[in-house]
Amino acid sequence: MKINRRQFFKFSVGTAAGVMALGLGMDLKPVKSYAQTLKIRYAKESTTICPYCGVGCGIIVHTSKGASGKVINTEGDPDHPINEGALCSKGAALSQLVNNENRLKTPLYRKPYSHAWQHVSWDWALYKIALNIKKSRDASFTAKNSKGQLVNRTNGIAHIGSAALDNEECWPLQAMMRALGLVYIEHQARI
Amino acid sequence: MGSNAAENHPISFKWVTEAMKQGAKLISVDPRFTRTSSKADFFTALRSGTDIAFLGGMIKYIIENNKYFKEYLTDYTNAAFILTDKFDFKDGLFSGYDPKARKYDKSMWEFERDEKGIPMKDSTLQNPRCVFQLLKKHFSRYDLDKVEQVTGTPKEDLLKVYEMYSATGQRGKAGTIMYAMGWTQHTVGVQNIRAMSIIQLLLGNMGVAGGGVNALRGESNVQGSTDHCILYHIWPGYLKNPTASQESLSDYNAKCTPKANDPLSANWWGNYPKYSVSLLKSFFGDKATKENDFGYSWLPKLDDGESYSWLDIFDEMYKGKFQGLFAWGMNPAGSSANANKARKALGTLDWLVNVNIFDNETGSFWKGPGMDPKKIKTEVFMLPCAVSVEKEGSVTNSGRWMQWRYKAADSPGDARPDGDIMTDLFKKVRYLYRHDKDAIFPEPILNLKWDYTTNGEFDSHKMAKEINGYFLKDVTINGKSFKKGDLVPSFAFLQSDGSTSSANWLYCNSYTNKGNMAARRKRETSGIGLNLEWAWCWPVNRRIIYNRASVDKYGNPWDTEHPVIKWNGTKWVGDVPDGGWPPMLNTDGTLNHKSKYPFIMKPEGYASVFGPGRADGPFPEHYEPLECPVEKNLFSSQLINPTAAIYNTDMDAYRTCDCRYPFVCSTYRVSEHWQSGVMTRWQPWLVEAQPQLFVEMSPELAELTGLKNGEKVIVESARGEVEAVALVTRRFRPFKIHGTVVHQIGLPWHFGWVHPKDGGDAANLLTPSTGDPNTRIPESKAFMANVRKI
Repeated sequence: MKINRRQFFKFSVGTAAGVMALGLGMDLKPVKSYAQTLKIRYAKESTTICPYCGVGCGIIVHTSKGASGKVINTEGDPDHPINEGALCSKGAALSQLVNNENRLKTPLYRKPYSHAWQHVSWDWALYKIALNIKKSRDASFTAKNSKGQLVNRTNGIAHIGSAALDNEECWPLQAMMRALGLVYIEHQARI
Repeated sequence: MGSNAAENHPISFKWVTEAMKQGAKLISVDPRFTRTSSKADFFTALRSGTDIAFLGGMIKYIIENNKYFKEYLTDYTNAAFILTDKFDFKDGLFSGYDPKARKYDKSMWEFERDEKGIPMKDSTLQNPRCVFQLLKKHFSRYDLDKVEQVTGTPKEDLLKVYEMYSATGQRGKAGTIMYAMGWTQHTVGVQNIRAMSIIQLLLGNMGVAGGGVNALRGESNVQGSTDHCILYHIWPGYLKNPTASQESLSDYNAKCTPKANDPLSANWWGNYPKYSVSLLKSFFGDKATKENDFGYSWLPKLDDGESYSWLDIFDEMYKGKFQGLFAWGMNPAGSSANANKARKALGTLDWLVNVNIFDNETGSFWKGPGMDPKKIKTEVFMLPCAVSVEKEGSVTNSGRWMQWRYKAADSPGDARPDGDIMTDLFKKVRYLYRHDKDAIFPEPILNLKWDYTTNGEFDSHKMAKEINGYFLKDVTINGKSFKKGDLVPSFAFLQSDGSTSSANWLYCNSYTNKGNMAARRKRETSGIGLNLEWAWCWPVNRRIIYNRASVDKYGNPWDTEHPVIKWNGTKWVGDVPDGGWPPMLNTDGTLNHKSKYPFIMKPEGYASVFGPGRADGPFPEHYEPLECPVEKNLFSSQLINPTAAIYNTDMDAYRTCDCRYPFVCSTYRVSEHWQSGVMTRWQPWLVEAQPQLFVEMSPELAELTGLKNGEKVIVESARGEVEAVALVTRRFRPFKIHGTVVHQIGLPWHFGWVHPKDGGDAANLLTPSTGDPNTRIPESKAFMANVRKI
């Protein structure tokens, strides 16, 4: 029976962990073994891909099954063919990106000439942005260029970003910007 | 060369280490002795911005010492093609140069063709007008003495690298290159990569296991975001963004669809109209009909020949030409070359939308160094978004693997997934246009298909299926029947009549009736690491593109120990082949007319040793960086790339051979931080490991300038200055260039004034806003600077 470390833990949780460890002839320190079972008993496990560079390492994320629903642990995915459990300093610190008190938690708005942010609701912020888009688009919309050719574009708005988005977000984002008539559309790939 | 994988793509380096255990040799060439260099079998340094001189010397060495793989070169590349006599090269300029426009007329660089329109070839490679002979002549000037003088790399070291690397030209041997921004961020960025591509073709290293020219991508989904084309010049799937002269869809398709006259050329881009029409069906759904050109006129057109790139955006913005900007998951105040120009430009906007995880130098630009909020009119919205583990979707890595990620937790506070932010924003924009009876050109806004939600929330599965594409009616194609609503099994089934949709033809086959291919998790148990059942890879799960060049004309692998594919007599086994056609030759040595040449994306079917599509010439040529320490280019009287993108506002200062900025300077990265640092500078472990900006310099330079290790110094260029800690290290050594000593310094670019305090500001305050003529990627890797006491 060929079994890797993680499969072993999954398997052993459902049976008698200590006995099985001996039965499979694996050398496991009991404390480490106990810690592993805790993660599986009290946490939901999901897989992700590291959000930093383009290598594409696999990471396992443990989320508390308790009321907080928070991410309680992240670690390299040993089953993943690219990293086989290894991670660099950034990937290994993923939990500090997720659980970070400095994260932005509400939309912020800065009025013209103001020296401070104010907290605003999503509904208010997005409606105000939509009004700005319409105003700028309508003011800068160019149906024909200087040669009289049909171009139907919005010259007054530009967009940049983002290579940090999922594929399923990249596509509708460029579609929205193109539907608005933007031609100045760029992102990280250009720099 | 051009990357520091051990530092910046550490897990990729795990496999370099594995290869070394099995006997592979690692060569590291970098201006600085890096973490990668420390593991290399051989390290040597070159001055930033001289890679083409270095590689040009290698091309000369390979040709003159017969190290090239002749069979591969003749059969699979355009080395044997014959050029018309219009092609010429004199004193740094190719034929067709217009000095006023600073552009080439590329029609001067064409192949001789026979009466059928097929390029003429000389398979002996002896014709003086064939690509191989012209390549040989072009690089005959790159002798060791000259290359040493330009690069600062000692002759013995050059020879050592050339010898080691060209050993991979033997049948069955492979060599690969891992490059990154060290090659792209130059005014000759594309030609740096072209030079290496030519070497790889000379040595037969493309399409084989352990070969290729590998871009180490810097973002988890910069491959995917490029595939989906959040870029001005391309539509999803690398289709071209239409220009004003392409008035109708048929004009556009006719202009963009290459023709091949040789029946043995697959000319895959011949399918272009199938992909463009399927894309328009995804854009506009039922609203896209044959009668309205599938909505072609609803999408914006570029002016012919104009550039709308990043550098152009900030140039135009600085001149006050924009009202609004979305900086979505980006921090241009730190990441833009010539960041002072970008920061000032932001102040000309009426409004700025910045979607991010943390506060950053862009959203807060109005209170940054040297800014007076009372004078800045810009209305700013900073919108909090989810991190990767708080939403579901896929990312595509450097190897084109599309991998699915799952949601592990909800976002804190009111932070939201980007998909929901854009859905709600677009809903509001649509509401405004729907309720304005005088709305200007509302059709594209109201007709855009956007049914990617479930219970009001963005649903990445629905979007992923649309990216793959659907059959829009019951059809039978090549004997196979499909129902309306079926997912298209692969792009070979896409149609140009509006009966299929596919938001990105390259991703067709990623989410089929069999399920979500990107979510697969079955590892390979034997083989060369293709992992065909782990996640999914574009195109059609092919792991190594151009893999039909990994075999000879009979279908036998060059490398029998590590076959990528192999013809078993009736079909290909191994990787998904680049088309299922049989090998070029029958077993009796006669031509198999059912076969196709291996480089199927090229109109002629051959890889481009001669690349007539590039803005700055069909062969690479050494030009100095826009800012350089020398007054002359030893290879020609053209000092800089004659087609480089140059900008002219008062913020665009360039200084060459200016005693105020005497040192060559480059930017780079550290393992602990990422990009402009927005995501990593707020994390305690990472900031503890790398707390602040430093500038590296050699002990010789420290002595010359009187600077001490550990003291705070000023690094300045013609565009700005930053405070940094002096790091005196032997990782940098002075170069001998044109007979005189030239020093180089370097600094990482991840820092910014917002956080941490005393961490230093962005190194991009120093870099120039000039760029490559093909890509407009800025020249951040080679410019001139000074370092001095505070």
